[in-house]
Amino acid sequence: MLMDEGTELSLTIAHIVRRLRGSHLHSQIERQAKVSPFRPGLFLYIFFMRIIIFLCLAGWERKLQNAVYRELQLPPSHPAAPPEHLKEPLAYMRKAQASWEKRVLKSLNSVSTELGVPLARMRPVAEQKELTDKWNEMGTDEPDLNRFRPVYAPKDFLEVLISLRNPNHDSSEDVSVRSHWGLIQIPLDVRDIPQLKQVFIGYLYQLIFCPWSDAVFVFCCALVISEQDSAAAQQYSRQGCPTGLRADLWALILNCTNQPQDVMYYEQLTAGVIQHDLLVDNLIYKDVKLTASNDDYYFVFEDFLYQVLLCFSRDTAVLDHFKYNSATPPKSYIQGVIPFHGFSMYVAPLCFLYNEPSKLYSVFREMYIRYFFRFLKYSGIVTLCLQFERLLQTYLPQLFYHLRQIGAQPLRIAFKWMVRAFSGYLSTDQLLLLWDRILGYDSLEIVAVLAAAVFAFRAENLMEVTSLVSAEAVLADLSTLKVMPLIQIFLFATTV
Amino acid sequence: MAGKVKWVTDIEKSVLINNFEKREWVPVSENEDWNFYWMSIQTIRTVFSVDTGYRLSDEQIVNHFPNHYELTRKDLMIKNIKRYRKDLEKEGSPLAEKDENGKYIYLDFVPVTFMLPSDYNLFVEEFRKNPSSTWIMKPCGKAQGKGIFLINKLSQIKKWSRDSRTSTFVAASSGKEAYVISLYIDNPLLIGGKKFDLRLYVLVTTYRPLKCYMYKLGFCRFCTVKYTPSTSELDNMFVHLTNVAIQKHGDDYNHVHGGKWTVSNLRLYLESTRGKEVTSRLFDQIHWIMVQSLKAVAVSGVHSKTTFQNILTNVNASPSLTSSTANDRILKYNLINDTLNIVTPNGEIPDCRWSRSPPREALGNYQVLYDEEQAQSEHTDLRDLRSRSGQSLGSKGTKGGAGVRPVTASWK
Repeated sequence: MLMDEGTELSLTIAHIVRRLRGSHLHSQIERQAKVSPFRPGLFLYIFFMRIIIFLCLAGWERKLQNAVYRELQLPPSHPAAPPEHLKEPLAYMRKAQASWEKRVLKSLNSVSTELGVPLARMRPVAEQKELTDKWNEMGTDEPDLNRFRPVYAPKDFLEVLISLRNPNHDSSEDVSVRSHWGLIQIPLDVRDIPQLKQVFIGYLYQLIFCPWSDAVFVFCCALVISEQDSAAAQQYSRQGCPTGLRADLWALILNCTNQPQDVMYYEQLTAGVIQHDLLVDNLIYKDVKLTASNDDYYFVFEDFLYQVLLCFSRDTAVLDHFKYNSATPPKSYIQGVIPFHGFSMYVAPLCFLYNEPSKLYSVFREMYIRYFFRFLKYSGIVTLCLQFERLLQTYLPQLFYHLRQIGAQPLRIAFKWMVRAFSGYLSTDQLLLLWDRILGYDSLEIVAVLAAAVFAFRAENLMEVTSLVSAEAVLADLSTLKVMPLIQIFLFATTV
Repeated sequence: MAGKVKWVTDIEKSVLINNFEKREWVPVSENEDWNFYWMSIQTIRTVFSVDTGYRLSDEQIVNHFPNHYELTRKDLMIKNIKRYRKDLEKEGSPLAEKDENGKYIYLDFVPVTFMLPSDYNLFVEEFRKNPSSTWIMKPCGKAQGKGIFLINKLSQIKKWSRDSRTSTFVAASSGKEAYVISLYIDNPLLIGGKKFDLRLYVLVTTYRPLKCYMYKLGFCRFCTVKYTPSTSELDNMFVHLTNVAIQKHGDDYNHVHGGKWTVSNLRLYLESTRGKEVTSRLFDQIHWIMVQSLKAVAVSGVHSKTTFQNILTNVNASPSLTSSTANDRILKYNLINDTLNIVTPNGEIPDCRWSRSPPREALGNYQVLYDEEQAQSEHTDLRDLRSRSGQSLGSKGTKGGAGVRPVTASWK
């Protein structure tokens, strides 16, 4: 069933129009149009033209453009495809994801029965009041969390990814130059260096042929912000945002405008947290205590993390993204995201940019819907893993072979970096520069490239190690690395 | 050809000793001939007291200036800064310019402060002007937050003076129990809702001419409990005092990071949330305050050619060399290492005739904060104070140690 390009385009347009029609922006524009001085006269056409010009002059054109741009950024969905294909076209992937989710949910349920803690309950009034009072300092509360353990850690997730197989593909051949030496044994198409160069070449050209002076670049970024141009902001983000303007640029790219209704929405979620106690709250609490609270960079923001994550666990808008995610929301009382160990590290770096909880929240939610969820989605994370292994095998075969022989499969080390998008491993300034590129290129590929580049950078030391433990020791501290130089050297100076 | 440096210390800290040993310097006892003595302030007081009358030879250096207490004792620091401002005013210096409310434009960097008991009447007069204000009481010669408390009623002072007179009468009469009382800043900048202060390291190699270096890797110390200006929490020191010596006794003290956040984190946070300009101006002002307070002491100071001192902003002669966390240990080890590289270039035996301008590569994580000699030779356009706000120190900070010119140019 082939469709020509025209049909496809009109379907996409229809899809976007449908989505925007229900949005807040739609009602705002409608209200604005109603207050225009024009009334439908004899020629309806002229009336419409006047309204459009009127709205453009009032600045609604840019807002509409940004909204459409946001829709286009969300994972592409083929309007004519059946719903389960929208989620995940590969049947074996879909099945694997479903059984993993069942497992996680089962483990959550068993925590609930074992400890006698209900999955969700209404808080008594006294408790609600107490929580309201200490909303801004939840960190000082020390509930007994010893009984709780994270439902799963990245390494559990890695184990199931490794066992993933395509039933139509025989991967049992012996190790040869042509076979894949890594842990991920499914055939998927990933980009190699020449193709990656194509993606990132614009950046390099800019660097070589037309280097921005800092002042000019900062000026251009400020201009984009004042123009509120989402698409241009994304282009600039590829160069690495100026520190002082990053918060605004990211919010613009993500179309998080922090309108009064966003603040109100956040307050509603807060009320939800205060009214209901969820089992996952304990997991969130535990996660923050185990990660961010002990982190040199992020401990300062502990209380923000609780606020954002607890609200997130009650946000039904997040469910929206499951339309194009092979993950399925387990039950309505857990809004779909069961935090793995380290989940709070997705929020922590954003605390450096936004000190207003509602803004912090909306940026995080948008980042999650666009990017972070892919780390938890089978086809997303598997592609990254595979890309990492292919890059390493193709461009550093000796290193790969050596590590494989000593039982230190590179992915076993790199997985935890990738699944957290390096949060908590790099120094914050470098991490933000990396995330600039995720937003700028609208892709997580750069995470796999960086993971491979780190191995390349430490190749000499790694060739000398003889065990997984010592390999991990060589790669234990990434906080001194400079992200972009590493990636550039790897992509543009690696010869095969 | 110089021999090995002979060192002594009466502070048994590994960050010091490891640094000496790394240089293969020779440990000696304090009675022997030494070149480098890292001493506690008690020792320096005895060694350089009038009775002993010890004089440093040309090949000896120590880690304190004999007059360090001019800045490190809270009362003397205030006294020196007040006097410095008056002197500048008498000279008609543009630095001492005041605004229409009679406040110094460039030198208003200490909160309203009085000595107790001597300035008691002045304090009462000031307090009555604004009875709802909160004040902080600090004993002059103590450290680590000992003996500090907050008050917001005159009766609390009266009670305190009664109690202290009966309990430590002798000490009070000898002046040891003197306090300073300062207007409490009750709207400090909070991050994550918590109060913090800055630990910045400044190395002074000579006071006349003043030459000092600023260490780039300082840190912030956070309170463990959320800040509230509410008077009901006035006696909760976990809210108000940032001293590690206090905070580590709190329930929420974290032993992994010890509530310490690097200055580079602070800069990243401020630049991201408030913009580059504000951040640069803030750091510019911090540096300005440091230099001005050092200059305030330089005027009164006794000078010795062959000493250097390691001081802290608020101001501490013997910064804690105890490392509370692993990162702390690394920071302090490197701090001592870079300090030694500046005061004993190439690890040679010190010589008072050294030219005191180490090359930029030798500065490590230090950057020149102020160099009076160079400033004087350069300041042809010195009276243009407006340029101070125009040119920011921030740009220099990012370029590493290249800082001599912008610093001096922007200040003089």
